[in-house]
Amino acid sequence: MNVNGFEPKIVAFTCNWCSYAAADLAGTSRIHYPPNVRIIRVMCSGMVDPVYVLKAFEAGFDGVLIAGCHIGDCHYLSGNVKAQDRIATLRRLLHTLGLEDERLRLEWISAAEGSGFAETIKEYVGQLKQLGPSPCRREATA
Amino acid sequence: MTLQDVVKETRAFYCLECGKCSGSCPISRHNPAYSPRVMVENALMGLENDLVHARELFSCLTCYACHLRCPSDVDYPLFIQKTRALASTQGEHGDCAHSGSLQSLARLMANPAIKQRRLEWLSNGYRAAAQGDVLFFVGCAPYFEPFFEDIGVNALQPAKGSLKILNSLGIEPVLLEDEKCCGHDLLWTGDTRGFKELAEHNAAIIKKAGVKKIVFSCAECYRTFKEDYPKHVSIDCELQHISELLSDSMDKEGLRLREVKKKVTYHDPCRLGRHLGIYEPPRNVLQAIPGIELVEMARNKEDSLCCATSAFTNCDACSKQIRVERLLEAKYTGAEVLITSCPKCQIHFKCAMVSKGKEKGPDVEIPVMDLAEFVASALGAEDEQQE
Repeated sequence: MNVNGFEPKIVAFTCNWCSYAAADLAGTSRIHYPPNVRIIRVMCSGMVDPVYVLKAFEAGFDGVLIAGCHIGDCHYLSGNVKAQDRIATLRRLLHTLGLEDERLRLEWISAAEGSGFAETIKEYVGQLKQLGPSPCRREATA
Repeated sequence: MTLQDVVKETRAFYCLECGKCSGSCPISRHNPAYSPRVMVENALMGLENDLVHARELFSCLTCYACHLRCPSDVDYPLFIQKTRALASTQGEHGDCAHSGSLQSLARLMANPAIKQRRLEWLSNGYRAAAQGDVLFFVGCAPYFEPFFEDIGVNALQPAKGSLKILNSLGIEPVLLEDEKCCGHDLLWTGDTRGFKELAEHNAAIIKKAGVKKIVFSCAECYRTFKEDYPKHVSIDCELQHISELLSDSMDKEGLRLREVKKKVTYHDPCRLGRHLGIYEPPRNVLQAIPGIELVEMARNKEDSLCCATSAFTNCDACSKQIRVERLLEAKYTGAEVLITSCPKCQIHFKCAMVSKGKEKGPDVEIPVMDLAEFVASALGAEDEQQE
């Protein structure tokens, strides 16, 4: 807990085949992780449109996590490679906008890595607590 | 604002139902479902639901072609702008291109807490001052650069070219790190609140900078500052497009233009041409470059064809058809380069070339360049080319 009691809000776009299953595994294995994350299941990390991320920041989220299958393991062969390219572009946009690079995170988490998913969330929440609230937060939506 | 207010303000009640608007409309030609005449008629009959929930409401390019020909002087583009604002209060936002990413970026920018890093592209090759009389308004180019890189658009080139031109004229312009989007796209997609926030911010920082003149390379920013800002905020400066500035200072020292043996054609952006009536300055500038042969497309100046998407809404099959039509028109002139002065025209033309390749239809490949970029490339010696 940081001094102001700031609890970051995170939205996670997890792919149906790997990362969402990993989140599920973390749950069924009763692994504890901070409740700061709202998970949205998407069919593939490659379908995460830049606007999803931008809208998340507009809505006042402090961090966005996009999680998919490891490179080479994508259920749709190369969706995660597309996600990687798209995130690189988005990073440059967010950098120009003055957001810290850490606010957008890309992770590859396989369906077997339930504990990995929990660890990622724990680490990310810690990192965002250090960073503080997103400058994109509006009073009304915060 | 109610629909009656919109009708009153835009003089829509003068409509004679002559249909000149629909006859002039580039969209109506490809999509008969869209008719400006019917839209106005619906408004006059008070059929608000038919109007605000029509998909076609967001199809209008606000290109002014109908407005210039309307015998009753109905301000149809303003009618669309206001009706979209009305529609957005009822949850209609149109089908924004790129899923609305660009509108979303503008809204994020409008947040007062945002501290942008928008001038990182500025290298030592350019001279900019912290204070001075002239401000150069960069616009959204630093955001377009990464976004449209994959279709081969170097969105920062117009800004870089303009800086080079200004420097050659002995002007070291002020560039503002906390400048924000002019709000053009938000205004024309119905987000009046977002637009006002951006306008107020820009007006405040410009006042603080204490400049006397603002120079634009983007036709949309220029139009927004000139026509839309005065309705909400006061900007106490002279406003000039880079083509006007160039055209006025062609005979001045420092502006030595190399010979460029090329045949070029100029595409009038709606915002600079029909919206503001600036047709001659860009042409004068091009003709002043030695060796340049300027040829006109079949439709030019007031009759120029729009690049077929404005404010990034409703980019569809019609838009693609119109773009291909325009690019073919440019190719028929035999020009080697198509020159325009709006970053979005450039983006849209290049997109049409990428998505409508040779194998799928007529060959529409033609190099597209911004006016400022083109003039800057003719400035000074070859070894001065940057980056």
